[in-house]
Amino acid sequence: NKSKSFPWFGMDIGGTLVKLVYFEPVDITAEEEQEEVENLKSIRRYLTSNVAYGKTGVRDVHLELRNLTMCGRTGNLHFIRFPTQAMPRFIQMGHDKNFSSLHTTLCATGGGAYKFENDFRTMADLELLKLDELDCLIRGLLYVDRVGFNGHPECYYFQNPSDTQSCVKKPCTLEDPFPMLLVNIGSGVSILAVYSENNYKRVTGTSLGGGTFLGLCCLLTGCETFEEALEMASKGDSTNVDKLVKDIYGGDYERFGLQGSAVASSFGHMMSKEKRDSISKEDLARATLVTITNNIGSIARMCAVNEKIERVVFVGNFLRINTVSTKLLAYAMDFWSKGQLRALFLEHEGYFGAVGALMELLKTTEDP
Amino acid sequence: MAEFVRLDSSTSRHTMDKSITLPPDEIFRNLENAKRFAIDIGGSLTKLAYYSTVQHKVAKVRSFDKATKVNIPLYEISVQEEVTARLHFIKFENAYIETCLDFIKDHLVNTETKVIKATGGGAHKFKELIERKLGLKVDKEDEMTCLIKGCNFVLRNIPHEAFVYAKHADSEFRFQTTQPDIFPYLLVNIGSGVSIVKVESEDKFERIGGSSIGGGTFWGLGALLTKTKRFDELLQLASKGQHTSVDMLVKDIYGGSYGSLGLTGDLIASSFGKSATADKEFSKEDMAKSLLHMISNDIGQLACLYAKLHNLSRVYFGGFFIRGHPVTMHTITYSINFFTKGEVQALFLRHEGYLGAIGAFLKGAEEDNPNQYSWGENYAGSSGLMSVSPDMNPMQRARSGTFDMLEMDRLERQLVNLPLLQDPSSYIPDTMDLTEDALAREYWLYCFEEALDGVVKRAVASQPDMPEAAERAEKFRQKYRHKLQTLRHQPFAYGSLTVRSLLDTREHCLNEFNFPDPYSKIKQNENDIALKYYQKAVKSLEELSWEERQFALVRGVLAGNVFDWGAKAVSEMTLGPQIWHLGLIYLFIFFSSERPWLVDSYDQWLERLRGPPHKCALFFVDNSGVDIILGVIPFVRELLSRGTEVVLASNSGPALNDVTNGELQILTERIAAMDPVIQAGLREDRLTLVQSGSSSPCLDLSRLDKVLAQVVRERQTDLVIIEGMGRAIHTNYYAMLSCESLKMAVIKNSWLADRLGGKLFSVVFKYEVPAGKPSQGSAAVTPS
Repeated sequence: NKSKSFPWFGMDIGGTLVKLVYFEPVDITAEEEQEEVENLKSIRRYLTSNVAYGKTGVRDVHLELRNLTMCGRTGNLHFIRFPTQAMPRFIQMGHDKNFSSLHTTLCATGGGAYKFENDFRTMADLELLKLDELDCLIRGLLYVDRVGFNGHPECYYFQNPSDTQSCVKKPCTLEDPFPMLLVNIGSGVSILAVYSENNYKRVTGTSLGGGTFLGLCCLLTGCETFEEALEMASKGDSTNVDKLVKDIYGGDYERFGLQGSAVASSFGHMMSKEKRDSISKEDLARATLVTITNNIGSIARMCAVNEKIERVVFVGNFLRINTVSTKLLAYAMDFWSKGQLRALFLEHEGYFGAVGALMELLKTTEDP
Repeated sequence: MAEFVRLDSSTSRHTMDKSITLPPDEIFRNLENAKRFAIDIGGSLTKLAYYSTVQHKVAKVRSFDKATKVNIPLYEISVQEEVTARLHFIKFENAYIETCLDFIKDHLVNTETKVIKATGGGAHKFKELIERKLGLKVDKEDEMTCLIKGCNFVLRNIPHEAFVYAKHADSEFRFQTTQPDIFPYLLVNIGSGVSIVKVESEDKFERIGGSSIGGGTFWGLGALLTKTKRFDELLQLASKGQHTSVDMLVKDIYGGSYGSLGLTGDLIASSFGKSATADKEFSKEDMAKSLLHMISNDIGQLACLYAKLHNLSRVYFGGFFIRGHPVTMHTITYSINFFTKGEVQALFLRHEGYLGAIGAFLKGAEEDNPNQYSWGENYAGSSGLMSVSPDMNPMQRARSGTFDMLEMDRLERQLVNLPLLQDPSSYIPDTMDLTEDALAREYWLYCFEEALDGVVKRAVASQPDMPEAAERAEKFRQKYRHKLQTLRHQPFAYGSLTVRSLLDTREHCLNEFNFPDPYSKIKQNENDIALKYYQKAVKSLEELSWEERQFALVRGVLAGNVFDWGAKAVSEMTLGPQIWHLGLIYLFIFFSSERPWLVDSYDQWLERLRGPPHKCALFFVDNSGVDIILGVIPFVRELLSRGTEVVLASNSGPALNDVTNGELQILTERIAAMDPVIQAGLREDRLTLVQSGSSSPCLDLSRLDKVLAQVVRERQTDLVIIEGMGRAIHTNYYAMLSCESLKMAVIKNSWLADRLGGKLFSVVFKYEVPAGKPSQGSAAVTPS
């Protein structure tokens, strides 16, 4: 029962980011060590000894899953991301390192698996095993939730989401996870109703996602990265940009039970020239973030009600280092559903597709 | 050019105040007896509403006490003053508000008015100004309540109020037929934000949701991104842009489509997804376009989710984001189609901009109970839907300094559906939609323009004692000609353009200039002559065998229908020697129009007559004179003799030479004096006269007098007879009834005859039995 040869990769090539998971075996026998070809060794060393690759590749060290047993082997699962724009360079590297000589299957999901399939073949002599991104997402999510996050739960929620003072992050498990509404916020958003590991449907999606947040922020503020955009947003005040109910009605709109503090018109103040001249980039970044987040929350909530599902799980890299959005989503679910809906989040936000792809690799190994 | 009067810029350049002289007759009409003001002040436009009473002339007929004397006419025609209620709605730019308030103040006579109802975001801002200028107390009304009230009102009272927008179709506007029950529906109001309101009944509505991403987001974010300040300009930019350079599409991620989910490659995966880069410039147009798509799709998606959750299929869109803008109507329509896979249609409203003002007005007029009445759009006094095609030219669209108007007349009668319509919700009165049929439109507009001289002449001739009639007739000519010109460019201005709407518009314009009944004398004369031949005609019919008589009766109705002064071929004959020509046509149709006719189910009709009599026949009559007296009445007489009750439905008010209810009352009395059958019918209440509730040469079976509907129901009417070109060809040719029906007409227009595959003066005789409903007791009837 010899397992599939290393290296074990799972890759998810999205619209903005490539997510790569790499299983680093730590139970390598001396015999294996001897047999291990040089370039395999160098790949392992390169990936595990660095936290940044080139200008834009990053290893999320804090997410590493240690001492994991997969397919009979023990090792650490590493989580790496780089911009999809760097894909040609990545493929070139595969060629330079003579990756094709390793006779491994490269399991890839996400749209890029299709878009770059031909480039992999012609530039690096690599054949991709293309996998459906939603299949991978669900499989990866359920797996990581099952194995947990180095002894801690993978999943969390916010207690008292309506109160900024006492709102706290609380770990939890996804016991008996079905049905769940899975909201995957990448560049765009997909919303799935999941009834079991293999039974799910895509309910809807929206083009107002992480890509929209970053795209608009770049245009409005001149920033260049997601981190920069979030940093600005964290300092801004969206009420300078958005028109609130109280800006129109002087207070609450009681006839319809709308609080004065609710946003009536996103960017509504920007209709006026004076207001346009008086706001800061930080305010604009914050308003963009709040607008996109609230909209996703609103659509997710409607879907949950239409599908009669009470548990809403938010994933995707838009939520990375983005507590403004996670808290806002938690609040929106709770407030608008009067406590009926609960928003859940996962620590490995955007990596489930890649994990799912890796699992597919191991599955094909088990049943030759 | 009454409706889009520009403020005279030479006088208004410096001060926007009293120096401007607004033509009072043309914008703020009837201010002298105006009351119950309401105002809706939006972000850029103000809508003013008020109620007035209009004095206008109506033609009345009155029987002479003893009409047995020779050489005096059958009845007396008098023109009387009548007061009717009218609602005025005027829309203008906020910049003119002060001028307009001054003008109103100067012309307002009514001192009972103490309060003005106000709504809209600007009501607060202008409160002080209004109170100071008008001396009226501003009473604020809730915006959404007003909007819903206004929406209910227009949906109920204005046929063709709602439309579907189809950018690439032959006609961009596809008007919807009025639904017998307008509830429930969803109203998605896209102002600076979005409100989604579920309306269940007149007073029951609920804001079920909303979104902060609305018109204000498009405007605000658009202004930031493109440095373009005006909303209209932003839309114009958007209409020229390419969103694919800014948006990340499915194919940008997948290289093609995402087949397993059925997502096509051109679908937007991430709005602005490509702009997350520092090293690229994006054009204003492209960013505006991407923004427009983003917002429209988002609103469409939410609307669909709410429609689905509440199981609603009628979704109306309004608010300044939509308001007549083809660009946003298109993107919203596209979004709704995408998200519901065509199950829900996005509906828009012709008078969407007026809803708030109408609602505020209705709130203030509750004691007059305006909702108890039926109201009709006055085509003479209303601007109609503005042109928005072909291109988004903001200068053209800005309407700077223009006034848009809507006038609604209170109808004397409450109008309802004919209970015998097979499916009221799918009934379309008009046979031909000229909005969609460009050739037909061309022809009919030409035809009506050609006929205008004759109509003007006739109008002048009808008032020989009034020297200023010629001047009024000239004004009528200008107004109607302008309407025709408008309709040539904007066939959708008043809903679907039809022969009926063209005829009705002409009637409204004639009334506007106090020509209530240009044909009154002609009708009187014709009735007089025809009456003289009545007994002779009846006698000769009685001498025929049963079978011969049935045929002669049908030929009589058809031949009588030739006397139609509204028809092109007929009206072109001046009243002179050519009247003999008409007589010849009459004789031709009576004696030799060879069967089979163009449409001919006479054999089935005859078979049916061999069976048991109908319980009750409802007969929609057409022209005065020979038609009604020598054609229709003998036919009715035969029905009565068979034991069938008859309800004669005639117009409430005059239209062309159609016989009116008032005239028909007198005529039947006179005939009854000569004819025991008719007399007995009237006495025993087996022959009843009702009014249709209409003053049109055509017939809309979905807007009929409530009393008529009641009579039809009570008498268990099982046969509907519709006579004449206007009622049975231009309208109702395809109308499906739940009982037997007979449509009879002579095609008096060569173009139309050609269209229908026949010749001028072809005969249509269409007898129909509804499917699956064999006529009672007669097994012989098998209509082809």
